[in-house]
Amino acid sequence: MEIKLKVNGINKVVTIKDGEYLQPVLKRLGYLNVRKACETGSCGLCTVLLNGKPVLSCSTLAIRAVEKEITTLEGESIEVEKFAEVLTNEGADQCGYCSPGFTLTVIAMKRELESPTIEEIKHYLTGNLCRCTGYMGQLRAVKKYMEVK
Amino acid sequence: MFTIKQHLIVGSIEEGYEILIKNRNNMILGGTAFLRLGNKNINIGIDMSNLDLDYIKEDENNIEIGPMTTFRSIETNKLLNDKFNGIVAKSVKEIVGIQLRSIVTAGATVASKYGFSDFITALLSLDTYIELYKGGIISLEEYLAEEKVPKDILVRIIIKKDGKKAIFKTMRNSKSDYALLNCGVSRLNKEYRVAIGARPGRALVKIIKEKDLMENNEMNKKIDEILDEMKFGTNMRASGEYRKMVAKVLIRRSIEELK
Repeated sequence: MEIKLKVNGINKVVTIKDGEYLQPVLKRLGYLNVRKACETGSCGLCTVLLNGKPVLSCSTLAIRAVEKEITTLEGESIEVEKFAEVLTNEGADQCGYCSPGFTLTVIAMKRELESPTIEEIKHYLTGNLCRCTGYMGQLRAVKKYMEVK
Repeated sequence: MFTIKQHLIVGSIEEGYEILIKNRNNMILGGTAFLRLGNKNINIGIDMSNLDLDYIKEDENNIEIGPMTTFRSIETNKLLNDKFNGIVAKSVKEIVGIQLRSIVTAGATVASKYGFSDFITALLSLDTYIELYKGGIISLEEYLAEEKVPKDILVRIIIKKDGKKAIFKTMRNSKSDYALLNCGVSRLNKEYRVAIGARPGRALVKIIKEKDLMENNEMNKKIDEILDEMKFGTNMRASGEYRKMVAKVLIRRSIEELK
């Protein structure tokens, strides 16, 4: 079936299979940083924002994204640049594979939570796994980013 | 991975029900986050996402949760954080991550009677009912006791506002993993309502009278009695023996906190 999706403010027409999830559809549309890994809905790598809220695109039916605002990393270039700077300064970019999903979740958190505690930050980010180990650098970067006006 | 021959967004619950009963492989779609882990062949996937069934509201006697309400909405809802010591909101907080909780729906979890469910355990410790489109209103306990998942549509979840105090505790091997045991305990009128889930079977509920817990040894004895009435199974997360021991500790702690 043919559906219309609004990705980063741009309307796209795409043909999907019945029951198809959003992640492969976005990949077909050229959003290559919307990656899949675990395929069990537990790693957060495929995170995109749907109406500003982080969701797993690997577990969201593409048809349910119709008439909603889909945001990938490309749609948040200003915030991504700010966060990328603190992330690299803290040596937390590591291999970078999980960074797109992680970054989008952090951006959503910044908009949703006002002056979060460390525990609230950790809780918000529980769904983003990093295989490089060492979440401390990421946490330092997030703390700095949250303080950036 | 499951397959769907036809994905159909319905315009009413009635339309969804008519399609559901036409073919045994027609199925109501919830969040589809858990469905993807199986390999079901679905003929028509019935999608109710356009029916405004995502709500949490209250009236004088009840709190109602719509079937398409996500766990994230439940987690952040003020009403559910305030009532019953926030047990319903707390029960979903440790489930994987925010991104998954923004997809998973209350209706699909309850209707499917998932044994691992933290949410069902919390609801079962309260006075909870569900309304089925054809089956009408029945208690959650009664619904879970039936072996099969009926060919019906869960229309709403109803929690009686009876002033219960409640506590939810869960044991996990690692944060964001499925629970190896869930425990929900509520207290009202000198009676404790103890729900145990992730045994790993479906959650069960037992009643303990306060008078039976008067002395320390009596509490252990009474908890042992109700645990002996439940089956605890073994899977990759824990053995049945370990689950039973954990259940005893969590029930005891919950009762002590509710005293």
